[in-house]
Amino acid sequence: MQTEALLHAPEAATQPTLVVERLKAYYTTKAFGIDRDIRAVDDISLTVAKGEIYGIAGESSSGKTSLIKTIVGAIRPPLHVVDGTVRFNFGGQSYNIYDLKPDKLQAIRWRHLSYIMQGSMNVLNPVRRIRHSFYDFAFAHMGLDSATFWDKVRDHLRRLDLDPGVLDSYPHQLSGGMRQRTTIALATVCTPEFIVADEPTTALDVIVQRDVLAMLRDIQRDLGSSFLFVTHDMSVHATVSDRVGIVYAGRLVEEADTPTLFRGARHPYTQHLVASLPKIGDTTRRASLPGRPPSLAEPPSGCRFHPRCPLAMDICSKEVPPMTNLTPRHRVACFAVSGATP
Amino acid sequence: MSLILDIDHVGKTFLQGGLLSRRSVEAVKDISLQIEAGKPEILSVVGESGSGKSTLAAMVLGQQLPTSGRVLFDGVDVASIRSSAARRAFMAKVQPVLQNPFEAFNPLKRVDRYLFATAANFMMAKGKPSRQEIEERVDRALVEVGLTLAEVRGRFPHELSGGQLQRTAIARALIPDPRLLVADEPVSMVDASLRMSIVNLFGALRDRLGLSIIYITHDLATAYYISDRIIIMKKGEVVERGNARAVLDNPQHPYSIALKNAVLTPDFA
Repeated sequence: MQTEALLHAPEAATQPTLVVERLKAYYTTKAFGIDRDIRAVDDISLTVAKGEIYGIAGESSSGKTSLIKTIVGAIRPPLHVVDGTVRFNFGGQSYNIYDLKPDKLQAIRWRHLSYIMQGSMNVLNPVRRIRHSFYDFAFAHMGLDSATFWDKVRDHLRRLDLDPGVLDSYPHQLSGGMRQRTTIALATVCTPEFIVADEPTTALDVIVQRDVLAMLRDIQRDLGSSFLFVTHDMSVHATVSDRVGIVYAGRLVEEADTPTLFRGARHPYTQHLVASLPKIGDTTRRASLPGRPPSLAEPPSGCRFHPRCPLAMDICSKEVPPMTNLTPRHRVACFAVSGATP
Repeated sequence: MSLILDIDHVGKTFLQGGLLSRRSVEAVKDISLQIEAGKPEILSVVGESGSGKSTLAAMVLGQQLPTSGRVLFDGVDVASIRSSAARRAFMAKVQPVLQNPFEAFNPLKRVDRYLFATAANFMMAKGKPSRQEIEERVDRALVEVGLTLAEVRGRFPHELSGGQLQRTAIARALIPDPRLLVADEPVSMVDASLRMSIVNLFGALRDRLGLSIIYITHDLATAYYISDRIIIMKKGEVVERGNARAVLDNPQHPYSIALKNAVLTPDFA
């Protein structure tokens, strides 16, 4: 497979497209003179290689969206970066998102770094034809004259099996699947090196979802782009992601290649997520975890999973488990697994 | 054989557009479906968006009246319900569970007030209930779903997790001792780690209380896991029906096959 070939290419091994190091981003609110931190992204490190689809899984309010917003530099107060760095490598040049001047950042956006958003109806302007959305998003970044630009857009749509006629439609005239495919075309028209997809198929039904996922894989193969793919649906990760990181309450708890994660997950939370997936043809009883996802305003001490964990020990409520490498491509943060002492 | 629910050749047509551009959309076309009394079951209604699943549910709940055919509940035509007493008696037997528990409850009101109001409403038929009777009734319903009144009392929706809130919504539906629950996508907004607890709860309610449940979903895997019977809908028509396991193990209609093939399987074995 091409992804694997890309992963093993020497330059890909030395130059990951994205390097996130010890990133911390908190929502800080001041009310009545009392400061409160909501630790939505807490000490997360990860890398995404060239041509790789990196999946991020986690429940609602586990900090997935805050994490990707911080990674693409699209944050607004009260969310702010407390510590850590986000570095992209595009075309041999390294960019630190939080050191760049706004105009430089703007030049990178969409050209090198683009974003597929969850609700396609909210991306496309409902009262203007889709042509205008393409013009607004992409024209300034392509640096082409008008005629060449539209030729390129039409070619791109044809390559994604979309009729260039959609340019003259209004968003409400297209079905949900068509709209989502149009927003994907919009995000990929500048052939960016890095694409962030935030729950791109969550609102779609199963048949449309399959088409959209196949389209994303094709794009990734054609452009050789890296993807950061966020969804809470583990079966979607099983289908598209090369590597998956599991986020629980703002922290990364486990990360491995997708087959390793599904066959041999080590963190109790990941094991539960994988085991609880119902399957057609399998009628064994599926259990559910006790307790509830923690609030990020007052997270549990130590390991944030310990109140719900079947393997919890004394140390879990006192110390934060460090990320330990089990193999070079499989890391997990759990005392019960790594046996690490602080 | 007595039926609790008898959907008899039901159709629903919606009119769209203005005076000059009027057209009609057939959301549900000639569907018949029966649920027998004394044989509690979970009936899954599966199909893509726009297949008429929710319209069918609205007709069972009496929120929409069919344009053709009849919906009979316990032998009574739902369309013939006029008086508020008759409507309350009907609603005591058929209760809905909605998709998003965070939208079902007003975020500014305490959750327990919905439970008390429901209990007071339905106990009114036997004379004005005392506060204590209401609380006992509410607590009994909450215990059925694995919660207690002590846990829920005085809480606002944001203080409960999605799973707890959806359980509370189910408890509210259980208060009048219904015979049929209509659950429209009840787990699609619930977190992954809590989803199976809701699905398992439906199975437990069927076995323990003898409740029949119409489970509307587009998730074939949970339908396979929990349901007894299944109907697969496409564009308002039933394309395949039967025993859930048998249908999904070996679908016959091209659409059912396409639907099953579109399910993503997390298999790496």
